[in-house]
Amino acid sequence: MGLDLPFLFDTLRQLLAALPVTLALFVLSISFGAVLALGLTAMRLSGIGILDRLARAYVFVFRGSPLLIQMFFVYYGLAQFPAVRHGPLWPVLRDPFACAVIALALCTAGYATEIFRGAILAIPHQQVEAARAAGMSGWLLLRRMILPIGLRQALPAYSTELILMVKSTSLASVITVIEVSGVAQHIIAQTYRTMEVFLCAAMIYLVVNFTIARLVALLEHALTPHLRGQPLSVIAAAAAVPVERAALH
Amino acid sequence: MDALAQFGFGANGWGKLLLAGASVTLAVTLASLAIGALLGSVVAAAKLSTRLSLRVAGDLYTTVFRGVPELLVIYLFYFGGSSVLTSLGRLFGAEGFLGIPTFLAGALAVGIISAAYQAEVFRGAFQAIPRGQIEAARAVGMGPFLLFRRVIVPQVFRLALPGLGNVWQLSLKDSALISVTGLAELMRTAQVGAGSTHDYFGFYIAGAVLYLAMTAVSNRVFDAAETRAGRGLRRTATPA
Repeated sequence: MGLDLPFLFDTLRQLLAALPVTLALFVLSISFGAVLALGLTAMRLSGIGILDRLARAYVFVFRGSPLLIQMFFVYYGLAQFPAVRHGPLWPVLRDPFACAVIALALCTAGYATEIFRGAILAIPHQQVEAARAAGMSGWLLLRRMILPIGLRQALPAYSTELILMVKSTSLASVITVIEVSGVAQHIIAQTYRTMEVFLCAAMIYLVVNFTIARLVALLEHALTPHLRGQPLSVIAAAAAVPVERAALH
Repeated sequence: MDALAQFGFGANGWGKLLLAGASVTLAVTLASLAIGALLGSVVAAAKLSTRLSLRVAGDLYTTVFRGVPELLVIYLFYFGGSSVLTSLGRLFGAEGFLGIPTFLAGALAVGIISAAYQAEVFRGAFQAIPRGQIEAARAVGMGPFLLFRRVIVPQVFRLALPGLGNVWQLSLKDSALISVTGLAELMRTAQVGAGSTHDYFGFYIAGAVLYLAMTAVSNRVFDAAETRAGRGLRRTATPA
């Protein structure tokens, strides 16, 4: 079997046409999910028993059950009640795209909450004490110490979550949203040329994921100047000094 | 119909079917974990190899199968396996479409994804074994196989347990995606029940509850296994 280039190009073109939907699902669900996760993290760390318990339960439910069942629940499960169908939220809940975004955001919030919580707990306590000693409190402490340091520490784990979310957007195809995987499945069902279509779709996802991983790595690099080694020229200059002295003797 | 009769174990109850679905979910996840362990250790060995070609192949494997949506991998095995089977069937005179068994396709697909994650877990665990132990084993005259069996395997197993717990949870949830091929596991059973009774809400809640029960129980099992595997170990982090 030779390489059928026209078929590959045509497949790639059809798949790329659906890429904006995949990216829109990703960006919207990540944004809503991150906001929700910040709220849940605040609840988890509030020290108020009932809020803590609620956030814990949320994380348990959304990390412990498959995203597919959450998506079906939002799309089919809620629509079963007349109160929902005649309620103010119906224009949103009858739209498969909006339902996919809601399910994805709810799910990622569960994972992101644990990542944010871990990052905030990893902030050295002395730094918070020092900030308090310098008179910072409340909002200022949050804005100047906890959020910047926490965000930086959350980045490595959060980039994994971002890549998982890119992959998760493919589940939207199961509730009739036409994104990259949905188009791939459609082409496979029509042509039965599974391998070629798989390779094209895989390439698109890999490029997206690679780009996201690189962007997060760049952001991390920009946020951690203090962890970088000194420039080579400085080290070389420092190392050169004793040699010169030794040469004088 | 009230909830008790609908999800109960009576003549019209869905309880039995949902539990049967849950056991298929468990079976397919166990099968994929076993496939993933075998293949994953091979991939981990490739990634740790001194030969560049093997390292590149291993890296390619883990990058592709961790970076591509699980749903696509399942389509690849289900549709791809079926078209291979169909053309084989035509060779022997069988007409029409031959589908690959959905359990097999699902276990293979989830197993191959699981292998990519397990390979990274095994690699990390292997690298956590102090070099000195391997040198010491060589110094007392152990050959590569004995060294592998006595020094590496027992420690990799202990060090890999937390990571394997994560992979198990991932696979358990990935197995829900096999429902798209029609395998009557928990997700598919919940869908069928929802469709035939029109109680979507109730069935998806029931399905989610069963998944949560499985994840909660397997968390406990892995915690116990970790405690047991680490019983001969002094903790560095316990307060004096």
